[in-house]
Amino acid sequence: MTVPSTAWQGRSAERGVLAGGQRSLWGDALERVVRNRLAVIGLVVIALALLAALLAPWISPYGPNDQDPSLSLMEPRFVSSEYVNAKYLLGSDALGRDILTRLIWSARISMVVGFVPVALIFVIGVTLGLLSGYHGGWLDGALMRFTDVMYGFPDLLFLLIVMATLRDSPVGDIFGGLFLMFIAIALVAWVGLARLTRGQILSLKEKEFVEAARTIGAGSGRIMLRHLLPNALGPIIVSLSFAIPSAILIEATLSFIGIGVKPPTPSWGVMIHDGFVVFSTTPWPVLLPAFCISIVMLSFTFVGDGLRDALDPRMRI
Amino acid sequence: MLAYAIRRLLLIVPTMFFVAVITFALAHAAPGSPFDRNVNRPLPQSTIDRLNAIYGVDQPLPEQFARYLGNALRFEFGSSLVRDRPVTDIIAQGFPVSAQLGVQALLLALAIAIPLGVLSALKQNSALDYASLFFATIGYTIPSFVIAIFLIFVFAVDLKLLPIIGWGTPQHWILPTIVLALGPAAFLTRITRASMLETIRQDYVRTARGKGLAEQAVITGHALKNALIPVATIVGPATAALVTGSFIIESLFSVPGIGREFVLSIQKRDYPVIMGTALLYAFLIAVANLTVDLLYGILDPRVKVDK
Repeated sequence: MTVPSTAWQGRSAERGVLAGGQRSLWGDALERVVRNRLAVIGLVVIALALLAALLAPWISPYGPNDQDPSLSLMEPRFVSSEYVNAKYLLGSDALGRDILTRLIWSARISMVVGFVPVALIFVIGVTLGLLSGYHGGWLDGALMRFTDVMYGFPDLLFLLIVMATLRDSPVGDIFGGLFLMFIAIALVAWVGLARLTRGQILSLKEKEFVEAARTIGAGSGRIMLRHLLPNALGPIIVSLSFAIPSAILIEATLSFIGIGVKPPTPSWGVMIHDGFVVFSTTPWPVLLPAFCISIVMLSFTFVGDGLRDALDPRMRI
Repeated sequence: MLAYAIRRLLLIVPTMFFVAVITFALAHAAPGSPFDRNVNRPLPQSTIDRLNAIYGVDQPLPEQFARYLGNALRFEFGSSLVRDRPVTDIIAQGFPVSAQLGVQALLLALAIAIPLGVLSALKQNSALDYASLFFATIGYTIPSFVIAIFLIFVFAVDLKLLPIIGWGTPQHWILPTIVLALGPAAFLTRITRASMLETIRQDYVRTARGKGLAEQAVITGHALKNALIPVATIVGPATAALVTGSFIIESLFSVPGIGREFVLSIQKRDYPVIMGTALLYAFLIAVANLTVDLLYGILDPRVKVDK
């Protein structure tokens, strides 16, 4: 070939080697996850929930806030009782809204709450953890002191106070309260990820391959993003996979207390909150969303456990 | 050790200060004044001015914060804006109930977790082991209020065995205690199991067996004591879990403790109660963590704390 050997070719060759190495690591991990039966079941349930969330307007039989006051508190069709109705498959709530429809629309909230703050947590936590682990110095000191203090502040306490005080402010109105919840969840959860990343980087940066990269003239940015981050990614992914269900749990808990998502937006927590008044006489409007939360939480835990076993066996307890 | 203890003790100060700043800042960032709740019957301006003066809300923020901090140091949190009672009264009334519920739940959690964890470690990969791992997964995955709903449905609504709400009689204690204990019990079971698995593979356990001790003496006399050290350290985070768990559980079962007061104050935006209870909780958890950390150094001399 007459094409001159240029720097970009050298880089792409290096990238090829890296990608080859990565493919085998990630391919190996994927194989281990797929062999884990519970993790696969979890993935299927999550895929179904995501699908329901995406297709909510097309697959739900009614509108999420359509009311039929003449058909309130109907029981689901699988229960044999005099309150069974032809209109609502899973019955209706106190306002005569279709429970099936609201369950489907609630999946939207849970999926959004699960995935959006986790993206924020990833960006903040990994960036600060990388920088403070690699450079040390005042940034590291500040991060450690700050996280020490944050650990003394129980998450739920912080979230409750933030939601209670700011829910009625203009910020609390964006996306029916969801935006404020994203920020609040990200604020409490980035701390753990930053410390995890920092710890990983601290041990990795002493390894020979980092020394080697530095010797051939790689800059700090390149070492951090190309050499350190990919090697620290396993535990980070595992930690994030557990951050998703805990974000979903936070939304459900806050909405259950009545300071989460603003009505009439349906969410499983809101449905339990609304239905709890009549729980002792008509349990289904509460039991069905409680069941949905349980299934989704279990699924995420199974997937998280599977990922942990595949990517980071040392963390297993 | 002493230097470490003092440093840890001093770390409580910035933590508490941070909690105070956050609660204060958020309470003041919240829109509106506590007195303009009723839009249809607005209070006359003179009344609002007087109320603001009584509660000191008309002074500059730094001054208000300094006064709030000074009062907090003397356990003075002012009066509830909703019920016209001192916050300290509300806390003093709710505390015994919350403490009783918390201690009951902690004891129940330990009573479930330690035997279960030890047995499933001794019979690793048996049916019992899988059952206890399943229990642990359920317990830490499914939110406590959701478990509470299922238990209420079965025992209170369907079987009508137990009362749903209130705190009068020991029957009232059963469901809240069980639900509050489940999360920490699940976590402690996993820790106990993992720690026991590690301990029974140690050399000194083999030595104990080698010198002909009965299996039971090996387990109770040699393995168990050391296996329980990590469990002791988890009691700190478990206390935090019990405290934050009590918000939800007390509200759900209408238990008249501080957790319920805290949630009510949050729903009604009763800032003095919110700030008083938040500081109390942060303090309790800081003390629990400190105690456990220091205890760890005493229980396990291998742990070097003088970093």
